[in-house]
Amino acid sequence: MRHLIKLAGATALVIGLSTSGFAAEKLKVAFVYVGPVGDFGYSYQHNEGRLAVEKALGDKVETTFLESVPEPDSDRAIEQLVRAGNKLIFTTSFGYMEPTLKVAAKYPNVFFEHATGYKRSANVATYSAKFHEGRYVQGVIAGKLTKANVIGYVASFPIPEVVSGINAFMLGAQSVNKDIKVKIVWANTWFDPGKEADAAKALLDQGADIITQHTDSPAPLQQAEARGKLAFGQASDMIRFAPKTTLTSIVDNWNDYYIARVKAVLDGKWKSEDTWGGFDANLVNMAPYTNMPADVAKMAADTEAAIKSGKLHPFTCPVMGQDGKEIECKGKGVLDDGQILSMNFYIKGIDDKLPQ
Amino acid sequence: MDFAAAIMITVITATTPLLIAALGELVVEKSGVLNLGIEGMMATGAACGFAAAILTGSTFVGVAAAIMAGMALSAVFAFLVLGLAANQVASGLALTIGGIGLSGLIGAGFVGTTRQPVPRFEFPDLSAVELLKDFPYISEIAGVLQFVFGQDPFVYVSLVLAGGIFWFLGRSRAGLLLKAIGENQVSAHSLGLKVVWTRFLAILFGGACAGLAGAYLSLVYTPFWSPGMTAGRGWIALALVVFASWRPVRLLFGAYFFGAATVLQLHAQAASLGIPAQLLSAFPYIATIIALVIMSVGRTSIGAPASLGTPFVPDR
Amino acid sequence: MRLDIEPRAEVSKLAQILSPVLAVFVAVGIGGLIVLALGKSPVQALFVYFIDPLSQSWTLQELAIKGTPLVLIASGLVYCFRSNLWNIGAEGQFTVGAIVGCILPLATHGMDAGPWVIVLALIMGAIGGALYALIPAMLKVWFGVSEILTSLMLVYVAQLGLDYLVRGPWRDPKGFNFPQSVVFEPGATLPNLMSDGRLHAGIILALIVVGISWFVLTRTLFGFGIRVSGAAPKAARFAGFNAKRMVVFAFLISGGLAGLAGIVEVTGQIGQLQPSISPGYGFTAITVAFLGRLHPVGLVLGAFIVSLTVIGGESAQIAMKLPLDLTTVFQGVLLMCVLAADCFSTYRVRIVSGGAR
Repeated sequence: MRHLIKLAGATALVIGLSTSGFAAEKLKVAFVYVGPVGDFGYSYQHNEGRLAVEKALGDKVETTFLESVPEPDSDRAIEQLVRAGNKLIFTTSFGYMEPTLKVAAKYPNVFFEHATGYKRSANVATYSAKFHEGRYVQGVIAGKLTKANVIGYVASFPIPEVVSGINAFMLGAQSVNKDIKVKIVWANTWFDPGKEADAAKALLDQGADIITQHTDSPAPLQQAEARGKLAFGQASDMIRFAPKTTLTSIVDNWNDYYIARVKAVLDGKWKSEDTWGGFDANLVNMAPYTNMPADVAKMAADTEAAIKSGKLHPFTCPVMGQDGKEIECKGKGVLDDGQILSMNFYIKGIDDKLPQ
Repeated sequence: MDFAAAIMITVITATTPLLIAALGELVVEKSGVLNLGIEGMMATGAACGFAAAILTGSTFVGVAAAIMAGMALSAVFAFLVLGLAANQVASGLALTIGGIGLSGLIGAGFVGTTRQPVPRFEFPDLSAVELLKDFPYISEIAGVLQFVFGQDPFVYVSLVLAGGIFWFLGRSRAGLLLKAIGENQVSAHSLGLKVVWTRFLAILFGGACAGLAGAYLSLVYTPFWSPGMTAGRGWIALALVVFASWRPVRLLFGAYFFGAATVLQLHAQAASLGIPAQLLSAFPYIATIIALVIMSVGRTSIGAPASLGTPFVPDR
Repeated sequence: MRLDIEPRAEVSKLAQILSPVLAVFVAVGIGGLIVLALGKSPVQALFVYFIDPLSQSWTLQELAIKGTPLVLIASGLVYCFRSNLWNIGAEGQFTVGAIVGCILPLATHGMDAGPWVIVLALIMGAIGGALYALIPAMLKVWFGVSEILTSLMLVYVAQLGLDYLVRGPWRDPKGFNFPQSVVFEPGATLPNLMSDGRLHAGIILALIVVGISWFVLTRTLFGFGIRVSGAAPKAARFAGFNAKRMVVFAFLISGGLAGLAGIVEVTGQIGQLQPSISPGYGFTAITVAFLGRLHPVGLVLGAFIVSLTVIGGESAQIAMKLPLDLTTVFQGVLLMCVLAADCFSTYRVRIVSGGAR
């Protein structure tokens, strides 16, 4: 009798296992974030993308994420996710590049997607967004609205994405205002609200009347509003933090891309490729144009539309370097993608030095 | 706004949370206990303060909640290091880890929520008063008065705390007893002083200050909550206590010195002097070391309480 | 009512070993209640957290990889803490060790220079860390400046220095101006030990260091001097130990091992220099050293416990979708329980009625 009970138990166990086995045929998708999902900036937007995948594909997928993964720990974190059965893994910070490639080489049947990097392999795709397109639009707005002709720029680290952002901003501003100057403070952090606030205050004290930022917290916006100055938000629509003076925000929109890539795996059509899109691919959005006169808002919207349709390229040649010499034009009348992706020089009119 | 005054206000905001947290830690260390959990208590204070302020709509309740949260965590620490004579350094570090995690759990529901910063005091503009408007230098005087009396309430609390602690440790009987306990716990015990009880109160006070400093971050400095917003300020507070040689007035100066250095390096960057940003960012830390070296020349003792960090277990 | 503790006349070895085990049980109990409150299975949590990592070769290797820098740094910190020196800047010494150690691997890149590069790199890393630790040591000896402040401040300086190097002069010229060095040649990396995981030779170094350190601290005159100068500085002076020299030696050893940990980490598991090379090992190692009761071998257990909570926490996030913050809280609770249990093995704890002392 006891044997029978045991047997029944065992059968139940086997059945239990096998049903969960069926359920496990969901595609398991994982995300690795460099910051906390609560940063309301970069990692927050990636997580919004994850939630969009869950919403769009419902019970066909199961998603997991690891947040605040330090770069030196990412090797293990990514492999843990593989071992937990994830078949598609998005690693969302540049610092995860080598670890992603290492783990990918070990697990050829798992697909990887690495954000903002440049190395690919058979099962590692790369993706990034042309954030500089949004910066150009910001520059146009700032160039129109500044009275002091001084813009304050709170920057994080001198990596190509940030440098090309500063240049695009300046080019946009110069297109409508020849006398404009930009002051840059490197906060040397992606996220430290207090320090970002202090940086914004220092810039305002030194005469900037519009603040833009390439760091992730809404603190600079808030400081600008506290002094009645205009500002731009970063990564997500931050208008709630400064409703009276936010002009617009550059919004990272990973939703469509993530849904498309997960679908590709579901359909068996996933390929390793590089995606680098901006307004046209709906990877970068501008939040509504607010707190500005209608003509400036229209100009901003027109600029956005022109970039989206391809009529306008932020880095249209001739682009003058800091020393006044023309930058070699490797694209067709524009700087090519490689030049933008590895940008390590300032354009004319920027009064700052890059570490060489 | 006057340029110098503007910079000074930025310095004051950057300094106040450091000062408040460091003052609390100073009292704790004077009693002979080293609490390395400031960062964790600050983080939890910031989260609880913001959460309570949002839920009740009251800044006062928020501040009270932050203080209570800091005290609650410090009570756990007190239980470990006083009740169980556990190692203070490790317990403090464990408290930091736990506190940072806890702050994330409490704050998670408040990401993206906003509220107005705690306002500064408004001092009436004298230059607008009919009777006084022809008085010489009236606008300058009005500016100075606005600067002196027109900060946020926390700034005055921090200054009062500094003065109060200076008086308490230097002039009051209770303060002398607390210092005696920190200097020599064994003799203090044999003299009949309540070593454990005194330290317990000191630790709670330190927790309250750390919680208050956290509330400053999420209610005044940058009025929102986000994970990791303390960004290492608890550690700086700890270093400032050492910088001050455990003396409250020197702590006041030390904190403002550090705050000024951090703000000045940002100004130096904005002025595009062509110095690498990393070097300027390192400036406050290097300047602090150099200042401490200069102040230390010729002194023999660094002023640390002699019983600092050693657990107290009475012989019988 | 009050809590009363008194030292036990004899501390049994068994109690010392069993106390962390007991602590784990208590922490699991507390953690289990939290997990239950969230509506998840505490049994699964227990499995994911403690059983899974200890039952697979891959996770065991990961535990060892995680533990290696912690053991190395904590081994050095023991010398400082034992002699009452508060070196809380191991993170900075770790960073400088990595920087100095990388000079040769970067200079010989593309030369196929052979395995001597890694040997020299390790030595240079240790020297770099030691020299960096010499700054707080000398400032203390010469000017009486507290090492708590100097060592901590130098952490930030070191990190900014690394940041500058990898964004400026040491940037990979083919790396599209991204902040990272070239990937080291095989001859400049620590060899892998296993075929199915990432375990590298750093663990062997760590264990050798533990062995030597145990011998030095318990069997040599120098080790005696370290112990005495911490426990009874006056007695140490009478016994002829030069206090200043002890400060310098303690910092040199501590910084040297932290520096070694830095270069081991970079050449062993990261494989290149980048702006972020440590998730705070230098600070975590302080906890590790004290969890191991500042004993040269005990700290291995400390490193094991800390590594387990990190890896277990990660698994719990993946397998049970528990939030990161919850696993962090649990890490704090577990550490506190271990520290509390420590007390029960060394002291007799009683609840007595009556006033507080």
